[in-house]
Amino acid sequence: MKGIQIFLFIFVMWILIIVGGGLLVSIIAPITISGYGKLNSILDSGVKALIAMILVVAWIFILSKIKNWIFYQQIKN
Amino acid sequence: MIDKIILAILVSAISFFSVYVTTPFLIKRLEKRNLTVKDYNRVGGAMVPRPGGPSILVGILASEFTLYAFFPATEILAIIITTSLAFVVGLVDDRKVLGGWFKPVALAISAVPIILLGTYTPHLSFPLFGFVRIPELYIALVIFMIPVTGNTINSIDVLNGVASGFMTIASFALTVSLFIIHNYDIALASLPLGFVSLAFYKYHKFPSRIFPGDSGALTLGAMYGVLAIVGHVEIIAAVALLPAVINSFLFLSSVKRIIEHRQIKSNPVTHTDDFKLMATGDKDAPITLVRLILAGGPMTEKQVGFVIFRLAIFSAVLAIATAFMTGVKI
Repeated sequence: MKGIQIFLFIFVMWILIIVGGGLLVSIIAPITISGYGKLNSILDSGVKALIAMILVVAWIFILSKIKNWIFYQQIKN
Repeated sequence: MIDKIILAILVSAISFFSVYVTTPFLIKRLEKRNLTVKDYNRVGGAMVPRPGGPSILVGILASEFTLYAFFPATEILAIIITTSLAFVVGLVDDRKVLGGWFKPVALAISAVPIILLGTYTPHLSFPLFGFVRIPELYIALVIFMIPVTGNTINSIDVLNGVASGFMTIASFALTVSLFIIHNYDIALASLPLGFVSLAFYKYHKFPSRIFPGDSGALTLGAMYGVLAIVGHVEIIAAVALLPAVINSFLFLSSVKRIIEHRQIKSNPVTHTDDFKLMATGDKDAPITLVRLILAGGPMTEKQVGFVIFRLAIFSAVLAIATAFMTGVKI
């Protein structure tokens, strides 16, 4: 089948979505910051948003690497 | 249950036949008014009528209004209003050359009725792990989602039949997923999207007799986005859309900014002497899904389309698997 690597790419993306969702629900969402008074909720949301953004950047970085690998594999074949 | 089955058959038939019947008239009218564009991938460069958006909208509105008459839910109103606004945005873009930022911003505004009608639940459900509640962030997600789904379908509309065929597969996967998670009302509301796309595919498949244009592609994409939000199947919808998401991702990671396809200086695809599609060797050309598929060697337009459909079917299977996994918590 032509482009088997692209199927693999889609599968990796799916796995990353599930793993990312798992991290979000089980680790990031339960984080609570206390001891800063009125700033608690702002700090809480900020930290969660920051972790989520780091995850998205990591996700894009991994996918970019896979994309380059697939592209050069396709050309080599 | 019987009444819902009858209603499902009724809205499916209305959506399918509305497009099936009105599209030939639209083709004639567009040809008469000389609203045609060159199909660069066809030998001799045939002129093809565009846009097919009006017949797509007719099918969606006819079926959704019928559904609303039997089952007046605000979710259906949100689908009707947002999809219609996205159609207007697409039609404006079909008629006038606008900047790369126009569509995302205008489509973001099209998403506002979803928020005003309160047809969303600020939860994101993930397979196996449950859900996360994000009240403020979810509103941003709604505003973000319609431009993303609209432009994602628009960006895959590069070959004969691909946008409508892809949408047929993705939307039926979404409908099946909605049934799996027992969201029967929105599953009913999602049926027209699949049948409208299927009927339009008859005229859009290779060799195309009509192109959907921005009005058609954005209408299909925006409706898909609204269904994902009102049906609480955002993650499942994203999975079914993965090949198109990859296309957008590859494009954006190559050009590193939001631009229109017409602004690209180097075409990612060229032709062989026997008019097969071939990936360009130009390093400045963006990497797209079609270029990635063609990196393995030249193929006909029809063959590339079928590779994309196989990818869409694979994603549809993953989306349905995700729907089953959403009900399970580890």
